[in-house]
This record gives sequence, C-alpha cells and structure tokens, in this order.
Amino acid sequence: MKVLAAMSGGVDSAVAAARAAEAGHDVTGVHLALSRNPASYRSGARGCCTIEDSNDARRAADVIGIPFYVWDLSERFHEDVVEDFMDEYAAGRTPNPCLRCNEKIKFAAVLERGLALGFDAVATGHYARLVTGTDGLIEMHRAVDPGKDQSYVLGVLDQHQLAHSLFPLGDTTKDVVRAEAAARGLLVADKPDSHDICFVADGDNAGWLREKLGERAPNHGGDIVDADTGDVLGRHEGTYGFTIGQRKGLRIGRPAADGRPRFVLDIEPVSGTVTVGAHERLAVHRLTGIKPRWCGTVPRELSGPRVTVQLRAHGSELPASVVVADGGAEVSIDLHEPAFGIAPGQAAVMYDGTRVVGSATIAVTG
Amino acid sequence: MDDRVTYLDHAATTPMVPAAIEAMTAHLGDVGNPSSLHASGRQARRLVEESRETIAQALNCRPGEVVFTSGGTEGDNLALKGIHWSRAADLGATPRVISSAIEHHAVLDPLHWMHENGHAEVRLLGVDGAGRIDLDELRTLVAERPVSLISVMWANNEVGTLQPIEDVVAIAAEHGIPVHTDAVQALGAVPLDFAAAGVDAMTVTGHKVGGPYGVGALVARRELTVTPLAHGGGQERDIRSGTLDAPAIVGFAAAVELAVKQQAEHAARLTDLRDDLVRRVIAAVPDAHLHGDPVLRLPGNAHLGFPGCEGDSLLMLLDAQGIECSTGSACSAGVAQPSHVLLAMGCTEEAARHSLRFSLGHTSTAADVDALVAAIGPVVERARAARR
Repeated sequence: MKVLAAMSGGVDSAVAAARAAEAGHDVTGVHLALSRNPASYRSGARGCCTIEDSNDARRAADVIGIPFYVWDLSERFHEDVVEDFMDEYAAGRTPNPCLRCNEKIKFAAVLERGLALGFDAVATGHYARLVTGTDGLIEMHRAVDPGKDQSYVLGVLDQHQLAHSLFPLGDTTKDVVRAEAAARGLLVADKPDSHDICFVADGDNAGWLREKLGERAPNHGGDIVDADTGDVLGRHEGTYGFTIGQRKGLRIGRPAADGRPRFVLDIEPVSGTVTVGAHERLAVHRLTGIKPRWCGTVPRELSGPRVTVQLRAHGSELPASVVVADGGAEVSIDLHEPAFGIAPGQAAVMYDGTRVVGSATIAVTG
Repeated sequence: MDDRVTYLDHAATTPMVPAAIEAMTAHLGDVGNPSSLHASGRQARRLVEESRETIAQALNCRPGEVVFTSGGTEGDNLALKGIHWSRAADLGATPRVISSAIEHHAVLDPLHWMHENGHAEVRLLGVDGAGRIDLDELRTLVAERPVSLISVMWANNEVGTLQPIEDVVAIAAEHGIPVHTDAVQALGAVPLDFAAAGVDAMTVTGHKVGGPYGVGALVARRELTVTPLAHGGGQERDIRSGTLDAPAIVGFAAAVELAVKQQAEHAARLTDLRDDLVRRVIAAVPDAHLHGDPVLRLPGNAHLGFPGCEGDSLLMLLDAQGIECSTGSACSAGVAQPSHVLLAMGCTEEAARHSLRFSLGHTSTAADVDALVAAIGPVVERARAARR
C-alpha cells in the first residue's frame, strides 16, 4: 500500500512510520503544520506544532529512509479545531480539541487529500488496534497498553476512515516503542510525551482563552454562587476559565460551612454565573449525547455486561446502557454507577468490551 | 547526477562544475592562512589574490572591489546595512532606503529589520504584472527626502524577470544615490558588467554558478564606504573580517570564470530548452500559464501557474517520480507561504499557491524536459482532485 505517515516529531509516530515501512508499505512522511505562526505554539519538546518538532519528524524520516514533506493545515486547523475550541468554551462547555483534530484534520482533511493524491491509507502513532470483524467491517479496539490507549480520541472515526487508517502501535506498550526507537537509531527515542493542548503554548487554558476570545467572550466576569445557599462567594474573570468538576483556582475567600472542598457544578455563560458545591452534587446518572458517530453499523441500543462508556481522555470504563434515540440524532446513556465531574462538550465514547462502537458529544447530564 | 533524477531546480543550487571541483580540491590539504606573513601564508594569499583578479576580470571590476563573503545573504546584508550606516549620519534623521517588493528575503528581511528598529525608512517599489519595478514610483521616492541607498535585484529568483537596472542607475545618479543590486541569479545567465552597469555594489554567490557553497562576493566600488557587520582581523578592506577560505575562493573563481566565458552560449541553449518546456507543458495542461516577463527573463526560468492545484501537491507528486522543482518560497518550518513576488505582481493568494518554478542549468538536457512533459498532465489532474 501507499501509506501517508503523519509524523508529529514524537517517538510514537516515528516508530509507527518505521513499522509501516518495514511491513513493506511505500511510506511517505508528512508533518502537519497546524499553527499559522509556528513560533506561537508550544516551544520545546512537548508540543506537536513547533519548528523543532518539524525538524525532529524530518530527521526520523531520514533515518527510516522515506520521503518527507510538511503539509500546511493551519487554516483548516484554525477553522475546525481552534475556533470550535473557543466557541465551546464561550458556551460554557469543555471541548476535546484532540478528538476534533482527529475527526476533522488527521482522518479527514489529510486522509482525503492523501487518497486523492494516490495514497491508500494514513498511518499514525495512536495506540489503538484495528481488526477485521467477521462481518468484514474494520473494528477498532483498545490498545494492549491500557496506560497509552487512545481509542477514546479516535472514537469519532467512521468505517470509511477506519478502512483507510493504520495504527501500527496498537499491539505494543510504550516502553517497547521507546526501546524500538532507540534500536532503530531514532533520535526522538527519549523525547517526553506530549500533554495538554498543542496550541495553548503554556498550558494556561484560561489565560489563552481570555486573550483570544476578546469580544467573543460571553462575559469577562461574574459571580461564584453557592449551590445550597445562593450566596455569592466571590467573583471570577470569565466563565470560560471553568470546567464542570473543577476544584482548583476558584479563589473563594471563605470556606464552606461544612469545611469541605467545593467544585464547579454549573456554568451559565449568559448571566456569567459559576455555581459551586459539594462533590456529591457532581454525580451524574444519565446523559444525552448529540452528533453521534459510529465506527460501523448503527446500533439501536447497547446493553449487557460488556457495554461501557468513557467520558474523558484517560477516564475509566463505566458500565452503562445506551439507547439510540431521535432517529439516530442522539444517544441516551444510563450509567450503572454515578460518574462525577462530567462536562458537557466532552465526548462519550461507547465500547462493547474492547471494541469502540461510536461516540457522541455530551449535551445534557442528569 | 543520478539518472533517475530530473533536476529542475538550478535556481536553488546548481551542481559544481568539474573545473571548480578540481581547482578547489587541489588546495584542500594546503596549510597557510592568507593573512600569515610566512611562505605558506603568502602562497595562500596568492591563491586568494589570483582568484580575486580572475573574478574582477570576469565581472569587469577592479580586483580591489571584490570583497569575499560567505554568499548571497551576507553580501546583501553587508551592502544594505553597511552602505546605509556609512551614509546615514550625513543625511539627517532616518534616511530612506528604496528597494522593491519582489526582492529575495536576504534583502527584504534586513530591510524590514532596519525599518522596524528605526535605522531607516524603507520603501519598496511596486511591480507590474510581469514583475518589472515601477520607475515612476522610484522617481517620486528619490525626490521626497534624503535616500541613502537604492537596492534592486538584477533578476528575480522566482519568476525570472530582469529589472531595468540601467534606468535605476540613471535616476539614482541625478540624486547622487548609490545603487546596490543582488545579481545572484543573473551571474552566468545574462551579461553582467559591473563597470558598464554603473552600480555601486553587487552581490554574487558561488553555488548558483557551479562553484562551492558558502562563498560569494560583494563587489563594492573602491570609493564606497561600507560599515562592517563583523569586526575582527580587518581582512577584505576592513569591510569583512574573518580568515579567508582560500580553497573555496579558488573554486568560486574557477566557476565564475567559466560561467562568464560560456554565458552567451549557455543562455542560448537554456532559452531554447526553456521555451520548449513552456510550450510543451502548456500543450499538456492547456490552462497552465507562464508568470513573469515572457522575454525579459532569465534563460533557465520557467515559472508556471496551474489553476486548481496546490503547488505543494504538484511538487510532491513530481518528486515521487524523480522530478525536482520548487514552489517558490518556504519559511523555516517548511510551510509554504504564498509567494510575496507573485502577490506583488497582482496574483491572488490562490494563484500564488498554484505555481511551480522549473529552473534549468548547465546539466539540463532535452531528456529533462521530456520527463517533465510526460509526467505533468496526470500529475496536475491528480493534484486537482486533491483540491476538491
């Protein structure tokens, strides 16, 4: 196959490209330039969008012995990921931009351009496993390394996208990947893993949003209100700085009457009110997900002991049952045990055992 | 060169000619700093001075006017900052520097820096649709306030358009303003006569004419004062300190001598090849079109627009078939920016992104053109599909 290997400059995508090449595929490396100003995204070793990362990716391609190009996806990335990120926070929700990037950029814009240019598949360093099911459809399963499993952020991929994807690392643990990188002479073998959001340079989401949202922010301040008493406990500098379940950074002067920590329970962007309260009030028993995307056949419902949902990156598997409602436009998820700190805007990814069935964006919790 | 490769990027760099390789490698083992006073030093110095004389003869300047540099970027920086700084004090507060909107980044970026940091008031001349500078605008700009320097490239590196240097010199002369020209692309491609041109400073570099990388020259009139950028041992008229790279300079001189000697014949051969390339590519892709002046252009330059394509996609698909060309300009991260040259010529951003530069050189043959012509049709079709 002619394979386009998306190379971020990190160790995972480098080893993924090397494995694809070794498997006999005709591999071409591409680094996706996502920032309109490369110096503005995170510098150093952790991000995915810097000149240094582009050079690391290039050197890895040299060592593997494959052609290498930089593709400018900055406009698409800005429109589909960064703007969406800002809109979602402005609306009081908590988006996952990595998921959006996979859905709109890596496995859409890049894949479609690659297919048109004569490639058969896109290979990435994501940790997830693809297998062909008995019905001939491609199934995506959790990676064998539970600590690295990234099936959650890939839960937005449909059958067409999965059929043109390669995840060469899904059957491997991270330490093996690093050892393999070292053995192959890839200089990124010891490069630290990336964290946080690549376009927020210093990891300070609230600061970044304050600067970028400007006029678009629904408010630049408001009250922090006690859910029990309705008392105003303090002021904040913009609801976009908060996420449901957040505990740190509330800067409430006086302690709660019961002396227990308080958490963000609700964000109301129009009035600018942030409601806080005790942990147990975060409990969520059911939720509604919108814009569902399915990896294969659209189910009517999901139930049984193997059915779980994951509600945040690196979150745990929660036993649940799912009903597809409103003619497929939304899903209704019942959690068998309550979950805490579930933020609208995050994805609910649905699993049957290790297999990803699909995903939806959390809209309503209750 | 590898026979699987069709190299159509000679404007980026061209292979060293055998005469230059021989001349240079013969001295790589020599000891002797050209500034040393002993016999070995004198021998190295002799090589440098003989090379200087060879280059002076080829460019029709005096040997003492050849200031060796590390190449085009240094030569341009030295001319712009060095000449401006030496004249600025006598011209009052922030004198004007005039250049053009289509210069190489080695000119535009130092000028931008000078402007931003309050050293000069920089004005860039606009160009017409063919990429020729606006001389009326120049006449206006020189009359408005004191001007320390005018810098206009001899030939554009992207679209190949030749600039009316003789007119620039005439206008400058009326106001006593020195003229610098970046002649990096022009050397060996068109007749280049420093004295006859009447310019005050001229940048050339080795690797564009079959010489080695990392060596070039700023030809600067003896009467011109140039403030140095790097201070040190006082080599090169105190304008450019640093130990001279004698073997590279010998290779550079051999390449310049040959390039100038063969210029007319070389240009005639490349013009034929280039015209054939343009004609046959347009026959294969009927809506492709040539950018730049159809006649007043570098003989080896074919800069073509392919509507509906991304230049990036075209480059990658051609590269996969061993055909090497350029999309024009790239920033340090490798992200292609729409060419400032094409934008200045009035192209839309879309048009600026759908273009490729094919540049021919001394190793180019009809087989290279054949290979491109055979590949371009399907490649454009595929690149168009990738845009949809």
